[in-house]
Amino acid sequence: MEAMAIGNETGVHAAVSGTRGQDGGPSEGATVQLVDLHRHFGHTRALDGLTLAIRPGELISLLGPSGCGKTTALRVLAGFEAPDSGQVIVDGNDVGHVPPQSRDMGMVFQSYSLFPNMNALDNVGFGLRMRGVKTKERRRRASDLLEMVGLSKEAKKYAHQLSGGQQQRVALARALAIEPRVLLLDEPLSALDAKVRIQLREQIRGLQTRLQTTTVFVTHDQEEALSISDRVCVMRSGRIEQVDVPSVLYANPATAFVAEFVGTMNRIPGKVTASGVSVLGREVGIRGERRGTSGQAVEVLVRPEELAVGAVGRGAGVVIGKTFYGAVTRVAVLLDGDSAVQVDVSTADAAAIDPGSAVELTVIAREVMLAEPRSSGGTAAGGATGSAPGTPTPGFVPGEPFPADRNGVDDDLSK
Amino acid sequence: MVVAVVPSTIAEEASAQPKGAGRRFSWRKLRWWRGVVLVLTAVFFLLPLYAALRFALEDNLGHLTTAAFTAIVHETGFLGALYLSLRLAAVTMAITLVLVVPTTIYVHLRYPRLLVAFDAITLLPIGIPPIVLIIGVLQSTPFFLKSSPYLLSLEYVVLATPFAYRSLDAGLRAIDLKTLVEASRSLGSRWFSTMWRVILPNLRAALASAMILSLALVLGEFTMASLDLYTTLPVWIVNASARTAHVSVAVSFLSLVLTWLLLFGLSALDRRQFRKFRVVDEET
Repeated sequence: MEAMAIGNETGVHAAVSGTRGQDGGPSEGATVQLVDLHRHFGHTRALDGLTLAIRPGELISLLGPSGCGKTTALRVLAGFEAPDSGQVIVDGNDVGHVPPQSRDMGMVFQSYSLFPNMNALDNVGFGLRMRGVKTKERRRRASDLLEMVGLSKEAKKYAHQLSGGQQQRVALARALAIEPRVLLLDEPLSALDAKVRIQLREQIRGLQTRLQTTTVFVTHDQEEALSISDRVCVMRSGRIEQVDVPSVLYANPATAFVAEFVGTMNRIPGKVTASGVSVLGREVGIRGERRGTSGQAVEVLVRPEELAVGAVGRGAGVVIGKTFYGAVTRVAVLLDGDSAVQVDVSTADAAAIDPGSAVELTVIAREVMLAEPRSSGGTAAGGATGSAPGTPTPGFVPGEPFPADRNGVDDDLSK
Repeated sequence: MVVAVVPSTIAEEASAQPKGAGRRFSWRKLRWWRGVVLVLTAVFFLLPLYAALRFALEDNLGHLTTAAFTAIVHETGFLGALYLSLRLAAVTMAITLVLVVPTTIYVHLRYPRLLVAFDAITLLPIGIPPIVLIIGVLQSTPFFLKSSPYLLSLEYVVLATPFAYRSLDAGLRAIDLKTLVEASRSLGSRWFSTMWRVILPNLRAALASAMILSLALVLGEFTMASLDLYTTLPVWIVNASARTAHVSVAVSFLSLVLTWLLLFGLSALDRRQFRKFRVVDEET
């Protein structure tokens, strides 16, 4: 069990008060603008006109499937990759030609990046040493930062003597020690086990909120992105699909890709009508750009909470499983053919629904989106994607392959 | 004592094993063969050393004496040959490291796909006859170096490159070079600081290995020095064997022991570092 003590506000500010102003208080983070960035690797477009504005003190996540260009975008921002075209503007200044060591951006990497020849204290103090901070002051501030991440007792330990979670916390303290204008987090939690991952992400969010450092967090884990971000930028094929706060991304996805990528989503067969789409025997409206033509067979995107179980004991659906999530139980229903969908039912009502029983499903949403053809997207190919209610992570879909592209490690095109 | 524990463990396992258990029997058989191979290898390497030491410690009448060893420093040309070899070794190591370290790091960082080609290229000096290397170096060497013994250093650099490259390559593969460099640079470190404070300290064992291999090569190389008409230590040993065979063998033996001591020193350095880590762990 790792200690996850987060320093109090005074301690946090004291630890980073070296260059942030004499009052020791947190300063506003930097404004970052990525303008029309293009980056090719051979014939692969890693960034295809990426434009993004990040507000001061904001934590924004770049979320997307493998190869969508999110890590490349971060590396361009850090200065480790040069874009083919486009601008990186920080606080109004184009930093395109500024080398990484002069950008004042702290970075935490996916792989453990502590310097093996230095102990935790020296690792945290390394950036300060490069800035000419004297030994005594450097050690004091490094100690404060280690205390801030709950590792003051591990100051003398080397990387190989620390657990993965501890190493990433030291790396976080090291990145914060230089009081960066922008903090860059490149999937820093992906190598950690689930429990430590949740603890550390909460710690990152807590520190970021207190320090108000503009932070860019790259992840392929939507739960991570949605839980700690002010805004989430969903990327696909080097482009931005949608940037918004997590609740809007979930409730009002701009595209079918976002709808399927964020949260749990069912694909249910339907048919386009003159005024909308007919699905599960009910006609509902269509939202989004994709419309179809009247009479066209389509797949409709419906979230589990937008479905209701009607009569039990009759109907075309067969219950094939139930998962208890407290107040809500998620019921897996096999429709005609091999299409399995997930429905959220109150746990009280779910008691009457047994696996194997026939049920009738109804769409209770007023409007739905039409899914993209299966062959075109990088999203799941099943009847449903996602998992627990309120924690929209990719989940198991009975009879369908697991959506590997949403859980695999990001294939950083630049590596 | 590991040596004491292993046989007893084997004995316990053997006694606990029912007779006729085919798998256990094959293991015992395999270990028996391991012992045979170990003994044969030891004999192969140690017997000539024992013979050399015995020869160096005997006089012409077969009496044991250390005269050959005590006479070494008084032998004509010995100190000069030793000094020349050490100077050449120092220059060779310096040039090799200056050439190979940055190049290998650069290729690992920027052109990792070229590593396969590098592996092949760096093997060439091993396959090319020394006389070809000598002619090649002579053709491309500035005139003022052609009459200098340091010409040999350039030839030795060619010979030492495969060994130095492989040591460094192994060291670089053992660390996450790209991430360490990027982490260092993102913290404000320039290239020189990154190399000096982050990369090279983590290549310490590989660097020491490269240097010791280069040193051993220079202290043992005979052909090139002989063809270039310079009296390095190996050339002196061969020349001395014609007039004072006992001293010549004594020097050979000491030269070998010196190289061994250096290698043991390297191992000890690594062990000490490991102990240091453990002490820190216990303290905290």
